[in-house]
Amino acid sequence: MLMTDLPKTLFEKIWDTHHVAQTAGGAHLIAIDRVFLHERTGASALKSLAASGRAVRDPARVFAVMDHIVDTRIGRGDDTLMPGGSAFITETRAATQAAGITLFDVNDPDQGITHVISPELGIVLPGATLVAPDSHTCTQGALGAFAWGIGSSEAEHAMATGVLRLDRPQTMRITVTGRLAPGVTPKDLALHLLAEHGAGGGAGHVVEFAGDAIAALDIEGRMTLCNMATEFSAMTAIIAPDEKTYAYLAGRRYAPANFDTPYWASLATDDGATFDREILIDGSSVAPMVSWGTSPEHSIAVTGSVPKGPERAHSYIGLEPGNAVAGIPIDAAFIGSCTNARLSDLRRAADLLRGRRVAPSIRKALVVPGSSAVKRAAEAEGLDRIFTEAGFEWRASGCSLCFFAGGESFPEGSRTISSTNRNFEGRQGPGIRTHIASPETVAASAIAGVIADPRELAR
Amino acid sequence: MTPFTNISSIAVPLLRDNVDTDAIIPSREMKSTGRTGLAEGLFAPWRYTDVATRVPDPGFPLNRPEAHGAQLLLGGANFGCGSSREHAVWALAEYGMRCIIAESFAPIFRANCIRNGILPITLDRAVVDGLAWQMVDVDLTTQTVNADGQTAPFAIEEEPRQMLLEALDAISLTLKSLPEIDAWTAADRSRRPWIYAGKAA
Repeated sequence: MLMTDLPKTLFEKIWDTHHVAQTAGGAHLIAIDRVFLHERTGASALKSLAASGRAVRDPARVFAVMDHIVDTRIGRGDDTLMPGGSAFITETRAATQAAGITLFDVNDPDQGITHVISPELGIVLPGATLVAPDSHTCTQGALGAFAWGIGSSEAEHAMATGVLRLDRPQTMRITVTGRLAPGVTPKDLALHLLAEHGAGGGAGHVVEFAGDAIAALDIEGRMTLCNMATEFSAMTAIIAPDEKTYAYLAGRRYAPANFDTPYWASLATDDGATFDREILIDGSSVAPMVSWGTSPEHSIAVTGSVPKGPERAHSYIGLEPGNAVAGIPIDAAFIGSCTNARLSDLRRAADLLRGRRVAPSIRKALVVPGSSAVKRAAEAEGLDRIFTEAGFEWRASGCSLCFFAGGESFPEGSRTISSTNRNFEGRQGPGIRTHIASPETVAASAIAGVIADPRELAR
Repeated sequence: MTPFTNISSIAVPLLRDNVDTDAIIPSREMKSTGRTGLAEGLFAPWRYTDVATRVPDPGFPLNRPEAHGAQLLLGGANFGCGSSREHAVWALAEYGMRCIIAESFAPIFRANCIRNGILPITLDRAVVDGLAWQMVDVDLTTQTVNADGQTAPFAIEEEPRQMLLEALDAISLTLKSLPEIDAWTAADRSRRPWIYAGKAA
């Protein structure tokens, strides 16, 4: 058998296709098809590139967006609630113009969170390589791309040279059998994985999600799952493209007019291909999950109780081992982020909120659509009214309170339930205690005023 | 960037698992698009009892007198997880850190270290724990960590080793391969024209 005939994984096929050369040190030059920048880390990369006297090699394949610190209040301009934040916006605008890069500016109709708009616009494609100086770039592996987060220096490298120098990562397959039960979402599956295998469980591997439960997910659900691969410390995640992928991409602005579907279909992992590690999960065993501590691995079924974890985590979050998770009082609720702010997320949350109100004890409740297009589509369906009538504030698109940048936060001392990806100490503001969960669990908990099982409400 | 051959430093322990880059440099401490002025914000929520007035917390390891001038930090598992912000590494470098020894690293943080002249070393947790507050010699040429008469070898891939030893600029190095990159791109344009098609009319 020829080397090229050996069974290969999806990742290996993309790697081999993009392999330009091997370096003297044994690393590999891997061609980069797309670079995506945002104002928080992108201006830094572009400024450094310009200062070195180098140019962006192929500006047509580099994109930028304002998402991280833009104001999300309706009617926004360049001013930010973060002190000094407008400099990031104006400098990114100037740097992208000088470099000839396509920018989705603050009030561009295509503006939105990087990992929401890149698929939405068909910028990420199956079999492509895409990098961004943002850890959640792994989200885009849901479209069958090899997409991963990098630092600003690496973004500069990719723009200047069209390649990155990589050591070959190890591979892992996570096979999810059966089906997720009703009321259980890809977010719950991700938190289940983290609780079972730890926040370091992915350890730099490229993770392929496979199995019947993954094939059954829609593209937006696959994005939610892949999004959390960085919380698993994986290099990235990837899912084989299929008919759902092609249907999702059809007609998207930057997607090709004619799809090379035979080529994309040929990328699927071959029978007999081997991975460095394999994990098997029974999809039907997954319950709605909520984080209880200060790492996404500190997650537990909403029907469970707080296990014993690091003392620091217990003292920060203010919960003791044995405390029941359901019934923990909350002060604030947030639906947003590259994890869970796509149209399907907002629809499912709105289904639970329709005709209901958040509990009087909730001091702040926000919904921040993942993109300006999601915002318009949601408004066309009347979802914005459902949210506002329920007591949520309806915002313009951006990363918003997924993290605290020094401007807006939650009321002092708040315990929040959040559809985001990180529950680190101080992530949403100094002293703010974050519980991450699915949009359904956020909605159900906001109504109850305590952490609640969304399946109870849906019945 | 300064070449990394060897350092001799007290090892400051921060032996928690999952130390994230939000803790290393909180978003609110990233005040400009530049790469400097970050050391003061390093570990701000842990290092200061009051972040606004910068009152040091005497209990935080970096604030102890013996940590003064330290170039070596010890960490637990999954050190540097979370956000890809290179500011975490810029802040550590500006503070004076040259090496981090941990049980394991998050991949983006580790790559950022190598691009900025900081040597990330992975060792068994028991070995890392034993280095706390010791005077430690780290030698990249021999790939050893030496303390108190004990020597622990460490592994690192050849490419990052060379990058650190010679303080190489990765972009300059890669640009030497431009003919190969150009040839690959030309061939790829006919193989996958749809990658280069751009916006639909």
